[in-house]
Amino acid sequence: MERLHVIVLVILLIALAVTLVRLRSLLAIAILTGVYSLIMAVVYTLLDAVDVAFTEAVVGAGITLTLMLAAISLTTRRETKPGKRKGQRIVGAATAIVAGVALIYATTDMPGLGIQDAPIHRHVAPYYIETGPTETGVPNIVTASLASYRGFDTLGEVTVIFTAGISVMALLWRWGKDDR
Amino acid sequence: MSEVLTYITEHAVQWGAVILLMLGLYIVMTRGNLIKKVIGLNIFQTAVFLLYISIGYVLDGAAPIVLEGAERYSNPLPHVLILTAIVVSVATTSLALALIVRIQEAYGSIEEDEILEHGET
Repeated sequence: MERLHVIVLVILLIALAVTLVRLRSLLAIAILTGVYSLIMAVVYTLLDAVDVAFTEAVVGAGITLTLMLAAISLTTRRETKPGKRKGQRIVGAATAIVAGVALIYATTDMPGLGIQDAPIHRHVAPYYIETGPTETGVPNIVTASLASYRGFDTLGEVTVIFTAGISVMALLWRWGKDDR
Repeated sequence: MSEVLTYITEHAVQWGAVILLMLGLYIVMTRGNLIKKVIGLNIFQTAVFLLYISIGYVLDGAAPIVLEGAERYSNPLPHVLILTAIVVSVATTSLALALIVRIQEAYGSIEEDEILEHGET
């Protein structure tokens, strides 16, 4: 049953993405991206990834939407109608379809959704599930590996955010100019 | 018949992720509006996230938080990877949007064609 719920929501996500391809109003597109992120968060919850769902709801539906709305208010609200770009559209569609067919061919070899003895669940994951909570003292295994086992990786992640923040400041800060 | 149905239900989420990926790629390649390109990139990224999370899922498993009486948990390692990836994707999105705002100030447009024309004259 859980699988069916996920499949229905994924179909909803695809419908939303198709709408996003066709819409021209950037404001509507930005708001629909927020809806998309929230549905994605529900899918993550159904797939037992509660921490990821939390982050997606806060970051995807919250922060990204706010940033999009700010960018739209500073630029323009409508996408102008694209001119004669039929060739580009054909190339884009062909590339997407070739990539998609190759990937779908690749999924035929993958273990199905939720198979309990798939290779990924038998390799290192049992070690972290068994010893993680006792070694770190944190009952949430995701938090344990994020902050403890992969602490340096998280430090790198913080560096990325810091760099992005500095770059955004450098781009948008008006250094000593009062011409606006 | 039921074997085919089982196969479809087991792989439908992966196919859905691939279709989302195709749609994101299509937006990035064919739309000239820069904000729309960023949104296409976001769809592309969430498709990859969905694929990873679906790999980590275990039927009848609990969320990976220690619970009395839970027999099996979902795999926590894809969750950790994707948490990092989501945060990095927000950082790249914010940087892209800041660049778009600067492009609007410099060229008066965020449409690819108009920016190219502006550069030629």
